Amino acid sequence: MMDKPFAITLDVGSSLANKTGAWRTKRPQYVDRLPPCNHACPAGENIQGWLFHAESGDYEAAWRVLTEDNPLPAIMGRVCYHPCATKCNRGELDEAVGINSVERFLGDEAIRRGWKLTPPKAESGKKVLVVGAGPSGLSAAYQLRRLGHEVTIMEAGPFAGGMMRFGIPKYRLPRDVLDAEVQRILDLGVKLELNAKVERIEETMKARGFDAAFLAVGAHIGKRAYIPAGEAARILDAVSVLRDMEGEAKPMLGRRVVVYGGGNTALDVARTAKRLGATDAIIVYRRTREKMPAHESELQEALEEGVLIKWLSTIKSVSGEATLTVEKMKLDEKGFPQPTGETETLEADSLVLALGQDVDLGLLEGVAGLEIKDGVVQVGPNMMTGRAGLFAGGDMVPSERTVTVGVGHGKKAARHIDAWLRGAAYAALPKHEVASFDKLNTWYYADAPKTVRPQLELARRTSTFDEVVQGLDETTALFEARRCLSCGNCFECDNCYGVCPDNAVIKLGPGKRFEFNLDYCKGCGVCETECPCGAIKMVPEET
Amino acid sequence: MLKQTEGSHAVAEAIALSRPQVICAYPITPQTHIVEGLGEMVKDGSLKDCEYINVESEFAAMSVAIGASAAGVRAYTATSSQGLLFMAEAVYNASGLGLPIVMTVGNRAIGAPINIWNDHSDSMSVRDAGWIQLYAETNQEALDLHIQAFRIAEELACPVMVCMDGFILTHAYERVDVPTQEEVDAFLPPYVPRQILDPADPVSMGALVGPEAFTEVRYLSHHKQLRALDFIPEVARDFTRAFGRDSGGLIRTYRTEDADTIVVALGSVNGTIQEVVDEMRERGRKIGSVSICSFRPFPLAVLREALRHARRVVVLEKCLAVGLGGIVSDGVRKSLSGIHLNGYTVIAGLGGRAITRASLTKLFEEAERDELDQVTFLDLNTDIVSHELERERGQRRTGPTAEAILRRIGTVASGIG
Amino acid sequence: MEQTIKYYQTGTFTVGNRLLAEDQRTVQADMHRTNSLNSGHRACQGCGEALGARYAIDAAMRATGNKLICVNATGCLEVFSTPYPETSWQVPWIHSLFGNAAAVASGIAAAQRALGREDVRVIAQGGDGGTTDIGFGCLSGMFERNDDVLYICYDNEAYMNTGVQRSSATPPAARTATTPAVGPVPGNVFGTGKNVPLIAMAHRIPYVATASVSNLRDLEAKVTHAMSIRGARYIHIFVPCPLGWGSASEETILIARLAVESGLFPLFEAHHGKVTARGRIRRQVPVTEYLKRQKRFAHLFGNVPDLARIAQLQQMADQNIVDFRLTEDDPPPAPSQGRGNDVSLPLGGGPGRGST
Repeated sequence: MMDKPFAITLDVGSSLANKTGAWRTKRPQYVDRLPPCNHACPAGENIQGWLFHAESGDYEAAWRVLTEDNPLPAIMGRVCYHPCATKCNRGELDEAVGINSVERFLGDEAIRRGWKLTPPKAESGKKVLVVGAGPSGLSAAYQLRRLGHEVTIMEAGPFAGGMMRFGIPKYRLPRDVLDAEVQRILDLGVKLELNAKVERIEETMKARGFDAAFLAVGAHIGKRAYIPAGEAARILDAVSVLRDMEGEAKPMLGRRVVVYGGGNTALDVARTAKRLGATDAIIVYRRTREKMPAHESELQEALEEGVLIKWLSTIKSVSGEATLTVEKMKLDEKGFPQPTGETETLEADSLVLALGQDVDLGLLEGVAGLEIKDGVVQVGPNMMTGRAGLFAGGDMVPSERTVTVGVGHGKKAARHIDAWLRGAAYAALPKHEVASFDKLNTWYYADAPKTVRPQLELARRTSTFDEVVQGLDETTALFEARRCLSCGNCFECDNCYGVCPDNAVIKLGPGKRFEFNLDYCKGCGVCETECPCGAIKMVPEET
Repeated sequence: MLKQTEGSHAVAEAIALSRPQVICAYPITPQTHIVEGLGEMVKDGSLKDCEYINVESEFAAMSVAIGASAAGVRAYTATSSQGLLFMAEAVYNASGLGLPIVMTVGNRAIGAPINIWNDHSDSMSVRDAGWIQLYAETNQEALDLHIQAFRIAEELACPVMVCMDGFILTHAYERVDVPTQEEVDAFLPPYVPRQILDPADPVSMGALVGPEAFTEVRYLSHHKQLRALDFIPEVARDFTRAFGRDSGGLIRTYRTEDADTIVVALGSVNGTIQEVVDEMRERGRKIGSVSICSFRPFPLAVLREALRHARRVVVLEKCLAVGLGGIVSDGVRKSLSGIHLNGYTVIAGLGGRAITRASLTKLFEEAERDELDQVTFLDLNTDIVSHELERERGQRRTGPTAEAILRRIGTVASGIG
Repeated sequence: MEQTIKYYQTGTFTVGNRLLAEDQRTVQADMHRTNSLNSGHRACQGCGEALGARYAIDAAMRATGNKLICVNATGCLEVFSTPYPETSWQVPWIHSLFGNAAAVASGIAAAQRALGREDVRVIAQGGDGGTTDIGFGCLSGMFERNDDVLYICYDNEAYMNTGVQRSSATPPAARTATTPAVGPVPGNVFGTGKNVPLIAMAHRIPYVATASVSNLRDLEAKVTHAMSIRGARYIHIFVPCPLGWGSASEETILIARLAVESGLFPLFEAHHGKVTARGRIRRQVPVTEYLKRQKRFAHLFGNVPDLARIAQLQQMADQNIVDFRLTEDDPPPAPSQGRGNDVSLPLGGGPGRGST
């Protein structure tokens, strides 16, 4: 033992008696903010959450987080319009994270490895009917089944998939992928009845003893415009054309096909026409490119494939099989197209109308309390129609008509149905503050531009139905996932632990994050400033 | 072993025998030969396990010694005059931290005016810094005191300054008895630090101490020196037992038992004083002298005992409290508190001026007749002083005093002015 | 340290990274780091020096296997860390005087040699006052003798502990208590100042480096490298002082980063008097980005900005960028050498001197 002189020589550890935490006027808090990708996803996926696992190569863990909210990642990765990437904060740094590509990779990996979804632990004893095996119906069925309910899907068509099978062409969504993801849901014990159209919902529910029902019949009826035409006119509708693609006999569209309309369906038909051997596929659209509802990426691909587009044009009349009189339009001050009076003749072999889709509401006849507006069924925030126990979602309710939105409706409805069956109400947790770009400290992220998905060579694309956009492989999926900034969610970068001048951050261990040592924290705020992902917030100190 | 050697070299040998582990060397007349001698011994391997550091200033010398001592090794350095002042901050620091450094001060006057010869003004300037101060009378004692110094320092955790008169002792060749290594090892055990910088047992040395504890720290250092009043004689006794001669201790009395007049002084001048005492005793004068070895701690009690029966005390000092008079006298006066004696302060030998037997004889006789002033400057040239005062009164731009005096006494070649 | 293999999200910019192997993370990321300067010290909120000291000493402790003794000059670091009865130091530590840290360290190093314990290493540390001014003599002596001491200077560009007075490290135009922002030439004047890293290089000691609290990895690498060398070494660390500089306490690291990225504080290494490596500026910023966040430069802005002096400061930064090649890519390494490429440095530029 040292004979230390009084006062001049001090023992180590003695400063811990001085609790400098008393100096504070503000204190740090760890917060979980809502990443903009999560916030934007119509299916409510915890994107940041599953990217986190993908970053360390735990693909199965990532897939499991993902499938909590969405059972169809391989499909999503091919057809989703990725609003997540539009909102991705990384986009303000260099380029948005290729979330969609990683999702597709995970989905494909799951199929490759045969990962299975987790069956429910117990049965609830309740029976729920799902009408329609499209994305919305499948999503609802999956979520309901996980909650232990007995689920039966009644599908009018010969295959499951809804628009995924009968609307989206094979070259965008290979059917083996679709089948695998559908089957995986069915493997949980969901019953699927094909060719089983529900004529009257009330009767079916009563007859089969269902406790509740989720309707997701979609919008399968192609809208028709009034176009003067003779008897011989070959006018088809896009929905039927695409549906017929699934069958044995492919539609005969001819060498020159005109598609009327500007949505994704129009593009799908045009591109399908080319693949069927048409020399020309021409889209006639009444407004301009900027106003076109179709997705830019799909338009890009279509143009690359040689699809032609006549902007600001309407079809006035059809004579013969498909001799079209096309009128030029111009946009007025309000952006609406107005006829100019100038016309021209366009010769074609067939005209396909892609003017939107209507819902077959037949099954709702006689149901009291429903509100139908603009051809779709109105539902409350709990996805329930005016008739108790009858829920609806997807294209048949007011919505942005995409597969992802449909999945989101299904999940939301399932939660409410489950609560309703128990006599309770489902209350979603209040959302955290969004982790906007200004809350990040982007200095800490290494520079890494997005990878770009390789595309099928153009020629191959137009004569086959192989997948056009190929996915990422493991090295690039990992790269892509690691570009995620983890907005608003601690990813244990150790910055706070390292930058505190007072050593007032306690590291709890891998996976356990950190804790502030409020005995010594002086409230300087360096941790908040240097947290890369905005997971720390300084709040005023209570007196 | 008996040797005829220069005082500095004798000291160097004593230091070497004490097994120092770090020596800091910076040259300044008149101590330089000590560190040079030690440097040779380290370089030729006769002094082993010792690091010899050529530092860049005296401030660095004491600082390096502080570091070395705090890290648990025996540290030594030597200086004089200006060098001692330059390291003054570190001198206080060493005692404040309680580090047992031993330092030789080759006593030399302090400038301005620059002067390389002997007086005690340098060590006196740091007398209250908390170091133990021992003054050697002879070359032998200088040698012996260093060996004792390490033991005293390390036991008390207090640095020790051994003062020896520059040139008079440092450069004089005399016969000394240099002990053997075995003898010194038996007397001086290896250094066991009371506190040490060691990664195995970390401490923080040199804390900031505020009003709440500072007085206690100072009191404890005072108390340490009071303990030294017992420990220094104890070590001296041990030394006598081990080496067969008297050296060190607090004071040494010479023929004071029945003396009416006692002369008190520090350092080598005691040799001359004792010769004059002998001569005067031959003539029946009742005179004796006391040599103070331990100036810090000041030996109030034993000095009182030695002086109490005399009629008068003459304190002969090689230093000056400018504007006051004597420095040593103050201590002597304190020791005589309550006892009435006639006390005389004599300022002598400043800047290396020789103190002759003739001057001393005349001085002591005047003292016996109580004809001395309170403060006397021995052998002051009153002519020069009067002339200089006159000159200064006469003109505003007087120029530097020292140069004017030098011209006056004719030591300037040009003779202008 | 470039990684050519897989990408690591925050890569090497953050303190730690769960995707990196543990030995590729910083010392600070370690749950078992020494915390050489522990909690409970009395530094101001957001003190850059407290951070820099922990960074440096923790790295040195790891590099030396916890066999380290520290000497501290008088100053903020010493005062806020050891007020009786509390010390924040977990390592053996001594404070002697203001100007002698380098000499005391030399003494401790000599003691270790005398004891045959040369595995125990010594660090001397002080602020810019204690290093560039009053401690300069002892520093130079230690360099000249090539004593086995690493001297670390924490540069907050003034005598902070005594109330923000100007030192020879105070940059031109800065307001301090002895260079107040009044009169026709407010703040510190141009044409003064001392560049101690360059002076250290002139002594041709084995290793000299500059570092910043904003670049932790770089700082740790330099300290670690320094501890692998025997002989006199010097590291000059840039540490913002929120109180003295009038900056927000939470911006300490940001400001240090801006000083580096503007070119005002170049990061470089030198061996035996020659620059051997430098830290490339990642995203260059104009000096105004750095200056405007500190009240000590506030008099340069306002209704009538002092464009001339701001331009002079920009010129200093630009000169550094040229002299130290801070925005150039490294040429491909020559086959024989290990570290960077030699640059002979003109002694006119560098931090601390401005043109008149």
